[in-house]
Amino acid sequence: MMLEVTGLAKRFGGIRALDGVDFRIDRGELVGIIGPNGSGKTTLFNVITGIYRPDRGGVAMEGESIAGLPPHRISRKGIARTFQNIRLFPNLTVMDNVRIAHHPYVRYGPAAAIFRAESFYREERRIREQVEEYLALFSLQDRRKELAKNLPYGDQRKLEIARALAACPKLLLLDEPAAGMNPSEVRKLMEFVLDIRARFSLTVLLIEHQMRLVMGICERLVVLDFGQVIARGIPSEIRKDPLVIEAYLGRGTSSNS
Amino acid sequence: MAILDELLNPYWIQIFQHACVVAVSALGLNIIFGFTGLFSLGHAAFYGVGAYTAALLMKSYAGAYGDGSFLASQAAFLGSLICGGVAAALLACLVGLPVLRLTSDYLGVATLGFGVIMKVVLDNADAFIPQLGGARGMTGIARMTSIPWAVLALSAAVLLVRNLVHSTYGRVLVAIREDETAAAAMGIDTFRYKVIGFTLGCSFAGVAGGLYAHLYAFLHPSSFDFFKSFDVLMIVVLGGLGSMTGTLVASFGWTFLLEGLRVFLPPEYIEFRWVLIPVLLIVTMLLRPQGLLGVREIPILQSRVNR
Repeated sequence: MMLEVTGLAKRFGGIRALDGVDFRIDRGELVGIIGPNGSGKTTLFNVITGIYRPDRGGVAMEGESIAGLPPHRISRKGIARTFQNIRLFPNLTVMDNVRIAHHPYVRYGPAAAIFRAESFYREERRIREQVEEYLALFSLQDRRKELAKNLPYGDQRKLEIARALAACPKLLLLDEPAAGMNPSEVRKLMEFVLDIRARFSLTVLLIEHQMRLVMGICERLVVLDFGQVIARGIPSEIRKDPLVIEAYLGRGTSSNS
Repeated sequence: MAILDELLNPYWIQIFQHACVVAVSALGLNIIFGFTGLFSLGHAAFYGVGAYTAALLMKSYAGAYGDGSFLASQAAFLGSLICGGVAAALLACLVGLPVLRLTSDYLGVATLGFGVIMKVVLDNADAFIPQLGGARGMTGIARMTSIPWAVLALSAAVLLVRNLVHSTYGRVLVAIREDETAAAAMGIDTFRYKVIGFTLGCSFAGVAGGLYAHLYAFLHPSSFDFFKSFDVLMIVVLGGLGSMTGTLVASFGWTFLLEGLRVFLPPEYIEFRWVLIPVLLIVTMLLRPQGLLGVREIPILQSRVNR
């Protein structure tokens, strides 16, 4: 098993953003998390990645508890993510954005950097080569020297995924990767997510609003509403689930409570 | 020839050294604020800690070397400069551990508070160490700082910053400035690196303080109050946050302008420097909010592994 979330709860003041969430993901799966606005999807990601500490409940990565660890420790357990509202390093170049992800794996110390030891040049060369591979994969190599903030929106989304991949994760969390994309871009993105999953033998968990994307590629779905899991299963079942339809479309006129 | 004579007069030589000292300190603040994005208003306090530490050590122990050879006294001076830097670094680490949990403006207020405390401590320092002189100032410091020392210190500082900035460690600091949450999500222990960046920058201020003490041979707490922190801050902002070249240009421009105006303005208008310089600052910020040089660097300060 890759990730196991048990009884996860997080509240902000009087709001129960997460209220006892349970689910598990097996190695190599591609699971989608859906739910209406404010149902707790992004909070769930933020708790899994350590940005928020859970009030209750557990998160285990490959059987090891990671709940309450600081974000950088969780990242080093093999979890990388993208953000709903793209969080690149805007004034760094495309290349440096990806290079940052290599930091935990760099094998030279500050002294080697200051005195420009051989290990510094060797490592920087290695990093440079790997970065080029990631950039090529995302067709960003011609933009390597541009500042991230100057990239068009679609490229910024790609760069964020490239940066996450460069951290060599086992589990990739994508927070609304298709936000703001048109149908043809969404189709390309779907192929791309499937492609990188195979290439890097990743497990992928993605939050998405666009039904086309989740129904198209996710093997399983977890549906959140008001911080609780209201349904889980394969897309074709979820589509027919009355609770899900109700959460998305609201109840009939007979009841308004 | 007249110009050369003018340039080589002891007064301008001293100003040149002062500019080098200011540049070392400002490079330190550029690491803290320009590269790591930590808003510090307490830089002068660390400058003062370095100055008093180096001066006290030199005064207390150089007697043992004082009548000795030229080389021995220079070595003692180097040692005291390093101790000044280390003292500032230790204090920075101690202050940074609680304070760096704060962000942006709150960090500014906290470091400002620390600066005020340091000024009071220095004002009353003679109560526990009489040689420090307290509010009367510290005298009897040897004039050890020379052009070679000033240039050497500045070159070492520039080289260190350049090599660090263009390495994974420098990229980490800039990433923290750009987006701390994203940096943490990339596996970077952001708090640790904030403390490291802050400590390193303050150690530069400490070394610069030691040079300053042995340049003017007199120390007074008013040289290290929080107004002096603003001076360094203005230099760094004026030069361009995150530009080493900008910091160097602004440090020299600032120091020479302050002193040059002293020469060129009629005596009764000397205080008008403090009108002219802020006006210049305002105009620069309006025309070039990114600072004189933005983030540009002269070729020698650019990364060579980047290409």
